[in-house]
Amino acid sequence: MNKTILILQQEYLKRVKKKSFIILTLLVPILFVGMFALIIALSVHDDKQERTIAVFDESILFLGELEEEEFTRYHFIPKAEYEQLKSNIRESEFYALLYIPEHIYTSNSAQLISEKQVPIELSEQISRKLSRFLENSKRQKIIEEIGIDDLEERLAGTRTSIKLNTLKVTETGEAKKSSSGVAFVASYAMGFIIYFFVFMYGAMVMRSVMEEKKNRIVEVIISSVKPFQLMSGKIIGTALVGLTQVAIWVLLGVVGIVVAQSFFTPESAQQMSQSLMESRQGMGPNMQQMDSQNQVTEVLELIGNLNIPLILFAFVFYFLAGYLMYSSLLGAVGAAVDNDEDSQQMVFPITFPLILSIMLLFPIARNPEGPVAFWGSIIPFTSPVAMLARVPYGVPAWELLLSMALLILATVGAIWVAAKIYKTGLLMYGKKVSLKELIKWLTYKS
Amino acid sequence: MEFFSAKNVNKVFSNTRALSDVSISVNEQSIFGLLGPNGAGKTTLIRIINQITAPDDGELFLEGRKMRQSDVALIGYLPEERGLYKKMKVGEQAIYLAQLKGMTKKDAVKNLKNWFERFEMVDWWNKKVEELSKGMQQKVQFVTTVVHKPKLLIFDEPFSGFDPINANLLKREILQLRNDGSTIIFSTHNMGSVEELCDHIALINKSVKIVDGPTDEIRQKYKSNIFEIKYKGNFQLVDKALGRNFKILEHTESEKENHLQVQYLNGDSNNDLLQAIMPAAEILSFEEIIPSMNDVFIKAVNESNNQTKNAKNE
Repeated sequence: MNKTILILQQEYLKRVKKKSFIILTLLVPILFVGMFALIIALSVHDDKQERTIAVFDESILFLGELEEEEFTRYHFIPKAEYEQLKSNIRESEFYALLYIPEHIYTSNSAQLISEKQVPIELSEQISRKLSRFLENSKRQKIIEEIGIDDLEERLAGTRTSIKLNTLKVTETGEAKKSSSGVAFVASYAMGFIIYFFVFMYGAMVMRSVMEEKKNRIVEVIISSVKPFQLMSGKIIGTALVGLTQVAIWVLLGVVGIVVAQSFFTPESAQQMSQSLMESRQGMGPNMQQMDSQNQVTEVLELIGNLNIPLILFAFVFYFLAGYLMYSSLLGAVGAAVDNDEDSQQMVFPITFPLILSIMLLFPIARNPEGPVAFWGSIIPFTSPVAMLARVPYGVPAWELLLSMALLILATVGAIWVAAKIYKTGLLMYGKKVSLKELIKWLTYKS
Repeated sequence: MEFFSAKNVNKVFSNTRALSDVSISVNEQSIFGLLGPNGAGKTTLIRIINQITAPDDGELFLEGRKMRQSDVALIGYLPEERGLYKKMKVGEQAIYLAQLKGMTKKDAVKNLKNWFERFEMVDWWNKKVEELSKGMQQKVQFVTTVVHKPKLLIFDEPFSGFDPINANLLKREILQLRNDGSTIIFSTHNMGSVEELCDHIALINKSVKIVDGPTDEIRQKYKSNIFEIKYKGNFQLVDKALGRNFKILEHTESEKENHLQVQYLNGDSNNDLLQAIMPAAEILSFEEIIPSMNDVFIKAVNESNNQTKNAKNE
């Protein structure tokens, strides 16, 4: 036992002290934050180009009615100039040419002619301007015809938008607000995280075993410790490296949030999110503010309504069990082969279920109760990813327990198989190992 | 005093017999040579002693009691195919390997410093293994094998990868280790070093032990009545005098002395040979040739191979 800890410590320190580990661990959050900052920066200060748009208004409705915006100006031109510009925008001072046909009132369409690809925001802005103007003028006409003074206000009151809140009845009979959107994101994220960690750290174990075998140091080591001690020390040590990485990321995240909070007062944060939303949706500021606030609290509420303790428990359980199962099998592959090519061939059949389980994520997210989701989350080789993707939606207790029990059985089995192969393979050189050979190794007495 | 013994060890791998009923007994503070052609089963036996492989049946004893898994701490093993972690620093690695053998870190550092000074490799402590030459790596490996003061040392081809100067240094160290109380099992194909170092040998061929005994006795046993005689006189006369009982293997003449190698075919006493020659020539020197380990090895293995061949033919 003592020696297992010694090996574990050695493996752990060796990896944690590596430059690549430190760089990756620090770089990922920086990249993450950087990417976020970039997206925000891009969307806040997105479009600063000054544009002047030439408008030929055949309908003569809009003359002088198109207000200038921050960076966009409108310049009305007569038909002759329009004809001339139409074929020759590039050399003019205009960015684009807006043609409003005579019958826009009934046709509801206009043309924006330009040399370059017009940004979506600009074209939306223009179409919104035109629509709003026409809508107002139509409404004004009706009000005049009917002769009710406060019709405008009364009509405004009829504007309705139904938000469908999905509620889920828990086992205690309590109805909780749920959101398939939030569950979807959680389910996908968890599936991916498990997949990456199992894959990355499983491969690390395999490479480490192969290195020891290639270096020929392994014979010295197993004359001091039992192969099983070596393997378990390596696997647990590497798992701790993974957990360390996650812990550092969580810590950096918390620190980041605290720092961000002290930097931005609530108002400035609100301002930022406001301007962000505004520039995206181009809505009136008043509606906008209420909306964004509502959205934030609502998302928070929805996240809070996820069964967080269960999800955390499931995450840790399926990560550890899945990692143990796959890394011990990959470790055994590392011991069985003595060159990289052979390892590739043997790794694929082992990791295939893992890759398959990633492909199952989408059907599971679409129908968390369907047969794909059910079998995927029960069969041990796919269950670490598939079950975790289901948990945010809620899983019947018996299914969860069955899946966990099967996974434990499979993990124990995998460790048994791996230990046998590992022990025999470590000192086997110069022989290409076939599957038949591997099966024979399983029958060797210890 | 017996320190280690293996009794009736058998090991079969899927379809090859690696060891058939092999027993060896190693005395305390002696160097035991484990010899045999490639693939004879030496490495399997060594791995069994190191608890790396378990025998199918048979028992191992250390200091008179049955061997346990924990006894690996008492063994120092230098395998034939060896290596170190390339990216790890020499000192760090040596400490780690010593700790795996059950030493505390403090003791490991203390002992290692001594050995590093003795082998003049103190400067290597903070270097990575991959920065060292192959010979230097072998030295590090040797130190990591002996640092925990093992009572039983097992060297498999220890001299491979060493230049003659370092090989000599190593030979001295091995003898010193024995004199300091270690018992050593030594496997090699270098028969010269067997003659120099081994007190006792066992020869394994095709999984069977065919020769076992003190080195001197074995060489005596394998002598084939060959004598080297220097004399003055006429070769024709000597040849005639020797008659049918003797076979002349080699003969050279020079002005100063003649030189004769002769095999005595079925005599009882060396005096018969002397008596036969004396009337014909003046004997300057007379010496019985003791075979080298090399000759013993080849002869024993060939005999054993012929026996199995004959057994198969019958």
